[in-house]
Amino acid sequence: MHELSVCQALVGQLEALAREQQAIRVVKLLVGIGPLSGVEPALLSQAFPLAAAGTLAQDAELTIEDRPVRVHCLQCGQDSDASVNRLLCGHCGDWRTELLSGDELMLVQVEFVREQAYV
Amino acid sequence: MCDTCGCNVTHGNRHLLAPGGRLEKTGQGGEAVTVLRNLLSENDRTAAHNRSHFDRHAVFAINLMSSPGAGKTALLEATVDALGERFRIAVIEGDLETENDAQRIRARGVPAVQITTGSACHLDAHMVHNALHQLELDGIDILFIENVGNLVCPASFDLGQHRNVTLLSVPEGDDKPAKYPVMFRAADVVALTKVDLLPVLDDFSTERARDHMHALASAAPVLELSVRAGDGISAWLDWLAAELEHYRQHSRRGETLRPRIQPEGLRLHGLKA
Repeated sequence: MHELSVCQALVGQLEALAREQQAIRVVKLLVGIGPLSGVEPALLSQAFPLAAAGTLAQDAELTIEDRPVRVHCLQCGQDSDASVNRLLCGHCGDWRTELLSGDELMLVQVEFVREQAYV
Repeated sequence: MCDTCGCNVTHGNRHLLAPGGRLEKTGQGGEAVTVLRNLLSENDRTAAHNRSHFDRHAVFAINLMSSPGAGKTALLEATVDALGERFRIAVIEGDLETENDAQRIRARGVPAVQITTGSACHLDAHMVHNALHQLELDGIDILFIENVGNLVCPASFDLGQHRNVTLLSVPEGDDKPAKYPVMFRAADVVALTKVDLLPVLDDFSTERARDHMHALASAAPVLELSVRAGDGISAWLDWLAAELEHYRQHSRRGETLRPRIQPEGLRLHGLKA
């Protein structure tokens, strides 16, 4: 649903970064998404070309890295895998945990082609 | 500078091109730059701007979220009726269409700005920022931002609020926190609304709803209330008054408040703002 607005924000960021880097084109980008970010990777992939059309990210290859849901238990102190609606400690079963990963919505890396200056 | 012969490599930047360096050459002749920035950082920047706006005027801002028809506006009406004398309240209403909700609030003598989002399924920080231009914040104690009725998208966008309130109405079923973990994990308090229907809809277990909240590692209080029957409203008003006081203590120290889960995410992922 809101993946298109997320993509528009992403393209805005790519354009700003490209200006910063004096790049003329974005070749590749790596995005990390955890299921607790509320963004669906498949929908993001579909929406990206629409948001990128006509920008310098137009033909960029988008790679999405799924981030696992991991929690740290505040009771027994151990880390474990969890699922989106069951963030309990995998060791002692306590519910008082904090999220280590799984809610990321992150632009990790971008590959640019730079402007070629004349010598 | 030229990327072909290497004449752009200087003593000063050589380390960037070394294996693992920020600008290591990649397959297609591009240069990879590590960014590690939240995709919604533009929204978050505006949200931070909104938050400092609220803090300058010592306005306690609440993001009110639920599915359509869970009773957000009814809860606001009841809140205005109960607290309208004690606190000055203002409301920003988000809906796809119509001014109906803003009119219901204005009918109670409270300033309300309507944002009609068209087809957008959530409010974002920019929409709220624009609405703030139509609202006099001086003298306001509590600002409610009633988000678009939707259990999915609103949870992903920081608006600059200090607290998130999520409603779950009895007809929706007690498993909604398990089905919409992103939304319910974001809640600082959950209000189970329309509990006067519990005798009829006896497959809804408030205990199960609480268990689902615990499974999300949430310590948010779960309040049971019915605006129609007038039940449980005082617990909601107490929560509100206590949180307002909590906010004011922070505000006096020049600090702000954020919804519980947001700083956790920022801290853990080491994200740039």
